[in-house]
Amino acid sequence: MTGRISKFNVVSLVFGFAFLYLPILTLVVYSFNASKLVTVWAGFSTVWYRELWHNRGLMEAAWVTLRVGLLSASVATLLGTMAAIALSRYRRFFGRTLMTGMVYAPLVMPEVITGLSLLLFFVAIDMDRGFWTVTLAHISFTMCFVTVVVQSRLLTFDRSLEDAAMDLGATPTVTLFQVTLPLIWPAVAAGWMLAFTLSLDDLVIASFTTGPGATTLPMKIYSQVRLGVTPEINAVCTILIAIVATGVVVTTLLNKRRLVRQARDERLAAGA
Amino acid sequence: MGEPGRKTEIGSGRQGDAEVRAARRPASRGLFRPVVIAVPYLWLVGLFLVPFLIVIKISLSQTAVAMPPYRPTFGDPSTWWSALQQLSFDNYLWIAGDELYFNAYVLSLAIAAASTLLTLLIAYPLAYGMSKAPPAWRTTLLMLVILPFWTSFLIRVYAWIAILKPEGLLNQLLMSIGVIHDPLVILNTPVAIFIGIVYSYLPFMTLPIYAGLDRMDHSLIEAAADLGSPPLKAFWTITFPLSLRGVVAGCFLVFIPAAGEFVIPDLLGGSRTLMIGKTVWLEFFTNRDWPVASAVAVVLVAILVVPIVIFQRQQARAG
Repeated sequence: MTGRISKFNVVSLVFGFAFLYLPILTLVVYSFNASKLVTVWAGFSTVWYRELWHNRGLMEAAWVTLRVGLLSASVATLLGTMAAIALSRYRRFFGRTLMTGMVYAPLVMPEVITGLSLLLFFVAIDMDRGFWTVTLAHISFTMCFVTVVVQSRLLTFDRSLEDAAMDLGATPTVTLFQVTLPLIWPAVAAGWMLAFTLSLDDLVIASFTTGPGATTLPMKIYSQVRLGVTPEINAVCTILIAIVATGVVVTTLLNKRRLVRQARDERLAAGA
Repeated sequence: MGEPGRKTEIGSGRQGDAEVRAARRPASRGLFRPVVIAVPYLWLVGLFLVPFLIVIKISLSQTAVAMPPYRPTFGDPSTWWSALQQLSFDNYLWIAGDELYFNAYVLSLAIAAASTLLTLLIAYPLAYGMSKAPPAWRTTLLMLVILPFWTSFLIRVYAWIAILKPEGLLNQLLMSIGVIHDPLVILNTPVAIFIGIVYSYLPFMTLPIYAGLDRMDHSLIEAAADLGSPPLKAFWTITFPLSLRGVVAGCFLVFIPAAGEFVIPDLLGGSRTLMIGKTVWLEFFTNRDWPVASAVAVVLVAILVVPIVIFQRQQARAG
């Protein structure tokens, strides 16, 4: 059944992946173009990458984006993991339905609405807009993604391990740190990475909630893209793609290695 | 409210059992449970629910009162009654009276629906091909689908500008092989929006469908084949119905955000195709009319609330 693959399936795979990757590939290729015109090839050059290094506006925006991303992803992972534990371990508590709704709604909520509502909230509580408001906004919308990732892991998790620990007298906190977290950490790490890249990418919510001195990289890219396609933007985008791609490939390989090791250990245990 | 309650009774007797045992343990009377529930709960109420209620409140207030620097009128209960009297539906009447908004809503829903269908047409064969690929390839194929999903939305939309421009790569290619003689105008038309949405949301559709197909019991197809069913009939009577849950989840994941999409219509659609996400943006940033922007947003949520609730139910049931 799985040994051979039909022509139809090969065609749909090739077509699907070509569609997914060709646009990104052209963007990367043209970032190495010597010409200032993005669509005319004039030979290989890394001039735009060197130019980038001297573009202070872009560098500052990159630094803001990185700080917002690191901070918001970390807090979002903490809150999102707590929410995942609450939703998957406690079947009954006051307002559980409301909490489920508040976790799933932001996943599909159009960004303009999330952005607008958070901005009006920050204005209502009279909070100065800038780095902190963008960070708070990013925590709120990324924590829901963390919750979904961690929750799906918690649901497939063998709960008898937790029960055993608690029956042996471990407190819930000790059980969490000694039993649950060591087993679900790949999901928590994946949640952190997802939150970090979502924060890195976000244009709309950041545009609404930002203030003076807190221009993020997507906002900078957006304002330049509106003026036209430039090889310099291609270069920034290529660097971002390279960072994200490396992260995803490394995590996938680590996960695969872990699964292989786990399977081997299980075989050994069964053999013994 | 009835849905999760029923589920507890039928589906998770073991969990109920564990909870009873947990309740008997002295340790569980500690702070763990209240903290784990309350902290994320309060955060979501404070930064998701309350902001949305503020949007509703501002959508009901007068433009002049709510223009920046707009004064919040919370806190003092004695002002609540007068604040209540100031509420008006003027902004909603304004939206209802202007064809521009109506057209933008209809156009957004139509574009979202059509591109959801197009995404499905590309994603399904892709997911199907992945599920039929040799197991050794699958991790790699899955990673290849997930990778663009992690890559910046803005960057992926931007990549299409250089391709679709009149002097762009697509036209260069088509003209050099002689298919066309005059460049096609694709950028700044609805076609470019379709391409942008299908491209950006393809992983959201592919992943749930693949998850469904991957879980499927392949002996069912073999049984159908053994009993003389042609492959195409086996697909429509067995495979497709079994993957329907993934299809529905994928459709919601594409349709709902696409209806409120801002970046794609703004960068690829040009100024003549006005979708509702862009209308909110323009009302807010260009016209600086916060109450009308809020009202447009509230109406959009009201339209999307049905698909959002269905999506939530489905997710909660799957969880």
